Amino acid sequence: MPLLTFNDCGIYCERADVYIDPWKPVDRALITHGHADHSRWGNKYYLCTRAAAPVIRYRLGDIKQETVEYGEVRTINGVKFSFHPAGHIIGSAQIRVEYQGEIWVASGDYKLEDDGLCQPYEPVRCHHFITESTFGLPVYRWTPQEEVMADINDWWRQTASEGRTAILTGYALGKAQRLLNGLDPSIGRIFTHGAIENTNEVIRAQGFSLPETTRVTREINKKEYPGSIVVATPGAIGQPWVKKFGNASIGAASGWMTLRGARRRRGADRGFVLSDHCDWPSLLEAIDLTGAENIYVTHGYTAIFSKYLREQGLNAVELHTEYEGELAEIESKGSEETEKENAAADAD
Amino acid sequence: MKNFAEMFRRLDRTTKTNAKVDALADYLQQVDDEDKLWTVALLSHRRPRRTVNSKLLRAWASELSGIDPWILEESYHVVGDLAETIALILPPPEQDYDHTLTHWIEYIQRFADYDEEGKKEAVQEAWRGLDTTERYLFNKLITGNFRVGVSQKLMTRALSRATGIEETNLAHRLMGNWTPNDTTFEELIHSESATDDISRPYPFYLAYQLEQPAEQLGDPADWQAEHKWDGIRGQVIVRDDEVFVWSRGEELVTDKYPEYHVLASAIPNGTVIDGEILPFRDGQPLGFNVLQTRIGRKTVSKKLLKDAPVILMCYDLLEYEGRDIRQLPMAGRRELLERLLEDNPTGGVLQLSPVFAFSDWDDLAAERETAREKFSEGIMLKRLDSAYKQGRKKGDWWKWKVDPLTIDAVMMYAQRGHGRRANLYTDFTFGVWDGDQLVPFTKAYSGLTDQEFNKITAWVRRNTVERFGPVRSVKPKQVFEIGFEGIRKSSRHKSGVALRFPRMLRWRQDKPAAEANTKDDLEALLEAYGG
Repeated sequence: MPLLTFNDCGIYCERADVYIDPWKPVDRALITHGHADHSRWGNKYYLCTRAAAPVIRYRLGDIKQETVEYGEVRTINGVKFSFHPAGHIIGSAQIRVEYQGEIWVASGDYKLEDDGLCQPYEPVRCHHFITESTFGLPVYRWTPQEEVMADINDWWRQTASEGRTAILTGYALGKAQRLLNGLDPSIGRIFTHGAIENTNEVIRAQGFSLPETTRVTREINKKEYPGSIVVATPGAIGQPWVKKFGNASIGAASGWMTLRGARRRRGADRGFVLSDHCDWPSLLEAIDLTGAENIYVTHGYTAIFSKYLREQGLNAVELHTEYEGELAEIESKGSEETEKENAAADAD
Repeated sequence: MKNFAEMFRRLDRTTKTNAKVDALADYLQQVDDEDKLWTVALLSHRRPRRTVNSKLLRAWASELSGIDPWILEESYHVVGDLAETIALILPPPEQDYDHTLTHWIEYIQRFADYDEEGKKEAVQEAWRGLDTTERYLFNKLITGNFRVGVSQKLMTRALSRATGIEETNLAHRLMGNWTPNDTTFEELIHSESATDDISRPYPFYLAYQLEQPAEQLGDPADWQAEHKWDGIRGQVIVRDDEVFVWSRGEELVTDKYPEYHVLASAIPNGTVIDGEILPFRDGQPLGFNVLQTRIGRKTVSKKLLKDAPVILMCYDLLEYEGRDIRQLPMAGRRELLERLLEDNPTGGVLQLSPVFAFSDWDDLAAERETAREKFSEGIMLKRLDSAYKQGRKKGDWWKWKVDPLTIDAVMMYAQRGHGRRANLYTDFTFGVWDGDQLVPFTKAYSGLTDQEFNKITAWVRRNTVERFGPVRSVKPKQVFEIGFEGIRKSSRHKSGVALRFPRMLRWRQDKPAAEANTKDDLEALLEAYGG
């Protein structure tokens, strides 16, 4: 019996009787990070990093939750578990599992670039590596964050000089804070969509410093918006909510913005290529750094990426999971997440 | 190329016409005449000849990037555009070339003299010094399918703004048989006598589909009604004892239709007729599928001329006795057209498109119902006092097509789309029931809204049965109403039928798959309309 197996509920360690990021309710869940496709409702017990805990608690409500520090080892029935920085969002972790010298790492979602906000990715040596492949095609190659943020600030400056409002979209948890952190507050005021500001409050309370933001509410005079930037969730675009900003320029920050088709379909005026996932070169680099020979490819271009790895001499298999990566940023689906975001905006 | 790339990025960011015109006009004011000329040429479908096929381009990109051909191919299916795929997978540029658009086009045109190795070196050399957008445009120029979502009309408007020349004049000057290799910007745009080129056609006047009830068009006495013939819209020009035939796609097709050559002597010089290139025999139009045997053939065999003879069904007269008469009212032009055809027998090569006498819209609606039997697509309505305008305009001319034939079919396979729809499942294969088996009979990829495509894409991802490369077979659950303009027997299609203009009219989420149509239903349609 392998140390970790994959069943209908998620990634399972039978020896310790725990799941990693299960998508159906289980007794004991180890959670890599707070995004909804990894941290789902209904488990009887949650274990995550201390930095990930507040957001998970905020999103899931009253749950039974325990936390660990990065690197701290928990032993369950002889199996050693530890959490290591994944560089994806604040508190995100790769979960290392060791038993009798055999080491597995479930990486959840991760990126190699240090975004200056969350704990930077640290490679973990292992024999078996479970990796995402959201952007596992050679057409995806990111430019450094610094350059992307410079482009975003230029666009905001330009929009402001035309007396218009800039609306910038990104996930409420992770992307939004990363964007806020890189915006140049000297250009103008920064407003936030309710779902984002709720998350900001949780993150600020943890001691992270973000630039000053103002929550978009009905009480704000519409004349205050021109010249400023509004950071919003992707789901807010196309909703009546955006009407209050008048003739705005819409920018979307996502890895999908690499492709012309996706940019045009998104209906954004500007697409900025910025992702909290790995691009093609960094996926390959990460796999190389683990030293693992057995690779399990979860969400993304799984078939193509695992075939490629096999050609490189690795023992790679494709797994069917219910993780979604950045899909919510490209598909406008009536997901729970989007509905919650819209509810948060309506509650303004 | 840097200005060109920046202009392209600006165009690409917006769907607003005014912003596009701004971007293009700004650019045209920045660059020299050579670049202006090439830009106008590219945006009016005058591309440099293709000198490298896409197979070689793939191989060279694969070599330079160290990416295996199969993964490049997979990437292409995701990206939906080969030029873009290659631009993205190539390693970051090592240099930064700054040359004009004309420089690069001449660079590409020289490929014609190179052997394969020489072409490869030249292409890879260029890739090494261009950024992603520039590479994409360079690849588009090489593969000769340059499209940027700018209509000729929009380009003409921008050019008008940049040059101060009136739009309608420009539109006429840009028509015809020129390429940047045989003219200059000065000659093309500023030459006073636009008739220098005797082959130069007039821009076509195109109609929109009538959306409102015909009654709302007012008094029937104000309107001319005739068939919308099912051929290829064409313009026949007789000047200086020569004949030129243009298709609506602004393609010179004189050589493809030798039937019209007799007109050089049969019709007076200074005549331009708007009509329909129509397969026709024994006083009857033949089906569009008969004409299809001639489209794309450069040389026309005797047999083909016998099996698929064409005439010109004349709609309108644009030039008479050497004068541009497009501003005359429709009724006046029609009168001159009738006189012209009466006075100059052509042995049936030119036929007058008959008009219907009708006193109320219901009569006309009844006529429309029978259109399909006459190989007509419906009815054309033209206001009797309308001038001959250019481009697609609302108001004076309307096409009132017959309702499409329809069949309810089950989705069997799905494939990702291209361009704007890359990464979405938009290309579907549909089947009808033959007992408890589905028989595929058509593909369709248009007719749904973006939102519906998003929804069906999510459904396809979750209901895939098998994958064959880029194609997925899906559970036979979803029913779509497929509309089409015609049906005929086909030995090339497994189902034995070929549809004309198939598209999805509606996603029948209300209908269980078991209630979709059957092969027998399809055959009944073939029997009734398969002519």
